[in-house]
Amino acid sequence: MTSAVRAPRPTIPNPFAGMDRRRRDLTIVAILLVVAIVYPVGYRSLEAALPFIPWPGTAVLITCATFAILALGLNIVMGFAGLLDLGYVAFYAIGAYTTAFLASSHFGIHISWWIVIWIAVAAAAVFGILLGAPTLKLRGDYLAIVTLGFGEIVRIVFRNLGDFTLALPAFLGGAILVGPNANLTGGNTGINPIDPPTIPIPGPWGNQIVFSNQNAIASWYLVLALLVITYVVCVRLRDSKLGRAWMAIREDETAAAAMGINTVTTKLLAFSLGASFSGFAGAFTGAYQTAIFAETFNFNVSILVVVIIILGGIGSLRGVVIGAFAAQYVNQTLLAFLGTRIFNQPLNDLGDATGIDLLSDFNLATYNYLIFGVVLAIMMIRRPEGLFPDEGAKAEMHGIGVAAEVTAGSAELLAAAEEAEAVALEAAAIEEATEIPDALPDVLPDVLVERGDVIDLADEEKPS
Amino acid sequence: MEELVRALTIGLTNGLIIALIAIGYTLVYGILELINFAHADVFMLGTAFTYFGTNFIVESLGIPASSIVALLVTFIGLPVVMLLTAGINAGIERVAYRPLRNAPRLAPLISAIGISFVLQNIGLVILGPSQLRVQDVLPTTRLVDLPSGAAWFGVDELVVVLVTLPLLLGLRWFVGSTRQGKAMRATAQDRDASGLMGIDVNRTISLTFLIAGALAGAAGLIVALYYRQTFFQYGFQFGLLSFTAAVLGGIGNLTGATLGALVLGLIAALSDRFLEAKWTTVIVFGILILVLVFRPTGLMAEKQSERA
Repeated sequence: MTSAVRAPRPTIPNPFAGMDRRRRDLTIVAILLVVAIVYPVGYRSLEAALPFIPWPGTAVLITCATFAILALGLNIVMGFAGLLDLGYVAFYAIGAYTTAFLASSHFGIHISWWIVIWIAVAAAAVFGILLGAPTLKLRGDYLAIVTLGFGEIVRIVFRNLGDFTLALPAFLGGAILVGPNANLTGGNTGINPIDPPTIPIPGPWGNQIVFSNQNAIASWYLVLALLVITYVVCVRLRDSKLGRAWMAIREDETAAAAMGINTVTTKLLAFSLGASFSGFAGAFTGAYQTAIFAETFNFNVSILVVVIIILGGIGSLRGVVIGAFAAQYVNQTLLAFLGTRIFNQPLNDLGDATGIDLLSDFNLATYNYLIFGVVLAIMMIRRPEGLFPDEGAKAEMHGIGVAAEVTAGSAELLAAAEEAEAVALEAAAIEEATEIPDALPDVLPDVLVERGDVIDLADEEKPS
Repeated sequence: MEELVRALTIGLTNGLIIALIAIGYTLVYGILELINFAHADVFMLGTAFTYFGTNFIVESLGIPASSIVALLVTFIGLPVVMLLTAGINAGIERVAYRPLRNAPRLAPLISAIGISFVLQNIGLVILGPSQLRVQDVLPTTRLVDLPSGAAWFGVDELVVVLVTLPLLLGLRWFVGSTRQGKAMRATAQDRDASGLMGIDVNRTISLTFLIAGALAGAAGLIVALYYRQTFFQYGFQFGLLSFTAAVLGGIGNLTGATLGALVLGLIAALSDRFLEAKWTTVIVFGILILVLVFRPTGLMAEKQSERA
């Protein structure tokens, strides 16, 4: 019977609380999706009705979603597996160029985009393995530099292969193998136009739906679908055996290896899966913009994606998506809005009056990367876990975050212990007052909370 | 043949400049195990200061470019630029890295990337988006000229050597033979232990950043005068080159960084001359990746095998 007495203790997690939370999350997601679907249709009237609010245009939302896909992909590498990749843009470029090669007049190949996107994903994944296989044994910052170098190599190669000559060296006869002036990648002029995805559904829009920048609303629905797919895959990956293996490696590679995780294969999978999502984003971007240029796939893109992840909360899927929308919204809408509406004119006037060119030409929107740089440094110092960290697993990657959490946990323990002591003292006082001194030892064990109970209490206080 | 001689001359001259920047990476890495991403942007600011300084002398003071200006800019300007960049570099350490001293390794690295972006965009604001021509102050008179005229060694190259070589040797002496240098080496070996031995670790780290910044500033001045250009992306371009040099030589190793820089300078010059300049970056990064994959300890590594 003693066990029956102990069983209904309130420390057992309430399954209904979990379900409620799940339902609540699903409701939020459903509302967000409805808003996302309705917004571009009502955007013009919203802007007309409330012009003082910087509403993002549909094109801005498309960039937001594209970067959300990129950030979710990099989050697998950085957030889950804890590997810093500073050349993530390379896979984005590879995805976009694969699309451009296979669906444009450049080589005269016109494969349907719905097939090309999977080839782009595969190409990015293969390059992820090609880069990862020799380099993943390197530690943190060396890996960062190698990936950075790879990102630059890919950009420069795509640019240079627009006009190149491959010849044997002079002492071997100097015969020209390829070229002269062969054009493989379009070079600086890029590849233009690229076939956009189409669905042959006739309607008021013509005899087919075209998902290009000529039709932003349809493209928004397409990229939204890609984002939802990416998100769901990421959630499933996170909760899978593989996801746990990644996090184990992130926490302690040696311990993970000792537990039987093949660290090389697991890290390689993180690299190639992460890369494949940027293939997704690349295939969309190429087709949506119907043109690509090597110079747009520069180091800034890699850094922006890193900023998004740091900002949103490294490892937190929700945070990364919010971070992407926030960063690109600030980048493309808010800064321009604040600049033109508030800051530019007075500063320009001041500059004209004082003769300082810097102020005369001031345009807030051009300071975006400066602002991101400051944000990056401040976030690292003040809030390394990001703005929307994963609850529970609060930035495990950051020792600071964990340390803070441990301290918070012990503070809770301490508080609970003090409380228990107070309760015990109170009980003792009551006992004394009622003058049954013999009862004291009997009362204490029931009132005093055991060590395990305190921890349960502490757990309960945290949102699970 | 003369073309090869000229390429080697350019390669060694560039190598000496790269060495000045590479040593900054290697010093900081040796002591903090941090790739100081912002380092090369401090160098870029050095080129910008030189640009504004020479403009001030030639345009505002109205002194026409001459050998007097060259001497003035090189030997008065040098300590000024070095002081400025040293201060900036130490300030960056104080603001962005010191609060993260005990954080995981990734945190200061990301902070450094952030600072690098800030500096690069400050460069963009003050220099504009395109390359700027720096006043032509260094004479290009040829000191040694091969008969065919395809290879030479000019006064400007002599100035590069005269500035970089004493700095490199002076740094060697400082780190190897002075009390402060000993403190730096001790801190690099074991920060906690040297703290217990009475070394002021924070001051030593600040000193390291001061020295690294000063060398970057000197490199900035030399690049601005020798290439006669400044550009807000110079930090990124030269930074990767010099970081590769530091890795090539075995990061944390001063002699290695110098050697790696000379090797890399030669490779880049040969690639510029005999391949195409637009492929040089690819070649440099290719070397970086190959070195890291096959010999992560670099050419001259002594103790860092477990770090790579």
